Amino acid sequence: MCGIVGLFAKSSEIEESLGRHLGAMLEQMSDRGPDSAGVAVYRDPAPSGSSKLTLFSADPLQDWDALASELGQAFGGSPALETRSSHAVFVVDAEADEAEAWVRQAHPELRVMSAGQTIEIYKETGRPEEFVRRFALDDFHGTHALGHTRMATESRVTTEGSHPFSTGLDLCLVHNGSLSNHNRLREKLRREGVEFQTENDTEVAAGYLAWRLREGASLEQALVGCLDDLDGFYTFLVGTVDGFAVLRDPIACKPAVLAETDDWVAMGSEWRAISVLPGASEARAWEPAPGVVYAWERQKV
Amino acid sequence: MATEAREATGVEVVDLAVTPLRDLNQRLHDAAREGGPAHWRIVNPNGAHAVAAGLDAQIEVDVDGHVGYYCAGMNKLATVRVHGNASTGLAENIMSGRVLVHGNASQSAGATGRGGLVVVYGDASARCGISMKGVDIVVRGNVGHLSAFMAQTGRLLVCGHAGDALGDSIYEARLYVRGEVGSLGADCVEKEFREEHVDEVRTLLADAGIDDVHPEDFRRYGSARKLYNFSIDNASAY
Repeated sequence: MCGIVGLFAKSSEIEESLGRHLGAMLEQMSDRGPDSAGVAVYRDPAPSGSSKLTLFSADPLQDWDALASELGQAFGGSPALETRSSHAVFVVDAEADEAEAWVRQAHPELRVMSAGQTIEIYKETGRPEEFVRRFALDDFHGTHALGHTRMATESRVTTEGSHPFSTGLDLCLVHNGSLSNHNRLREKLRREGVEFQTENDTEVAAGYLAWRLREGASLEQALVGCLDDLDGFYTFLVGTVDGFAVLRDPIACKPAVLAETDDWVAMGSEWRAISVLPGASEARAWEPAPGVVYAWERQKV
Repeated sequence: MATEAREATGVEVVDLAVTPLRDLNQRLHDAAREGGPAHWRIVNPNGAHAVAAGLDAQIEVDVDGHVGYYCAGMNKLATVRVHGNASTGLAENIMSGRVLVHGNASQSAGATGRGGLVVVYGDASARCGISMKGVDIVVRGNVGHLSAFMAQTGRLLVCGHAGDALGDSIYEARLYVRGEVGSLGADCVEKEFREEHVDEVRTLLADAGIDDVHPEDFRRYGSARKLYNFSIDNASAY
């Protein structure tokens, strides 16, 4: 199993309370994924010329302030720091890929959860309702967000194996399902220079999307490529700087519901997740057809 | 509130926003054994799973809102009407009675059903009537891919279109589709639509309360019976 949720704000009221609504959706999907939970939130774009990194440390005594000083020395300025449980978000005076490369090099013990202008990814093992409290999801405002509750089938229950997975700058992926050709595809992508941190199948799908995008494909082209190149079951929800996109495999065993009102667009594995949103009972709701990419982008809504 | 509602209208109202689902289903099951209200109205289902599952009495249940997985599963005798959408496995293994959805149904509606009638007034998605064993299923809109997969007996009537691989590996169920069929599954073929089939469609439409569709407009599909016994020529279809 696994549960997926996504929420795209079309009104300032929903933007202001995005985290509260996302948390409520996530808790509804607790039964589908009690092993771990995670969210990607798009908010507070970093000023031009700077970028945002979300980092995870397994060390509860991690000295994030010291890292902020180091980042300041490396890139100048005084990087803004916000800690949230085992994660910290830095705004660094550097391009996102530069800053990410520096952290990977200088601090291999840390995990870069996300990098970009607006994205922040948080994920942890444990019950989703506990995650919602521990990461104070109620605090978040933002333009859109997606989340995942995991019931692991293909690999170990770890923070790194939790979703969302970063697929490049300001991009992420959550997945309900299981892929059967991930080992072979991982080897192929490694030869293309894509790095992997786990044995997780979803990370391979994320790496595949990152590779296709790097090679010049549009998001839609990269997703359509999944239909040919990925073998297995999946409902994917992909977060981008402007919105999100949904794709189900052609067999479509894994569930998905989409719903829209004047105030929001929402995606959930089940209606339960969407039912907690304001005005849900009046929402237009439908099931995405298999093998079809559905996308919402800020400028088009 | 519930008691007042019953006294005023004769309908027992249960609010799933305050009543645990197990309590509701237990009360419905007790009512079957011990007698009780003949008409129930369930409000605020909010996508809960297994709403009104396992009923075994001639009662009527109206559900106001969207339901989750396996609504009215294993239904016997009862009439369950959903005024909203239904998720996966609507009326799974229905034995008798009627399950009516005034909205859309997700995948595997009426799966393995052995009797009774399932009506979806909107669309039903993939695998509608998978492994059906005697149930009648009427869909006012479209059905998704792999509908009536391995269907054994019963009738599936689709007033709209059917997706790919309709009736894949079908046994003796009869399929009627008014619109386009994306593709036929292995061993499913179009068959002659004779007068007795028009009558059968007319009866099914009447049972479902659909009066704006002409029974003559359908086409009939069923088993070519080529996969019943192993034949090396069919190896690719197994």
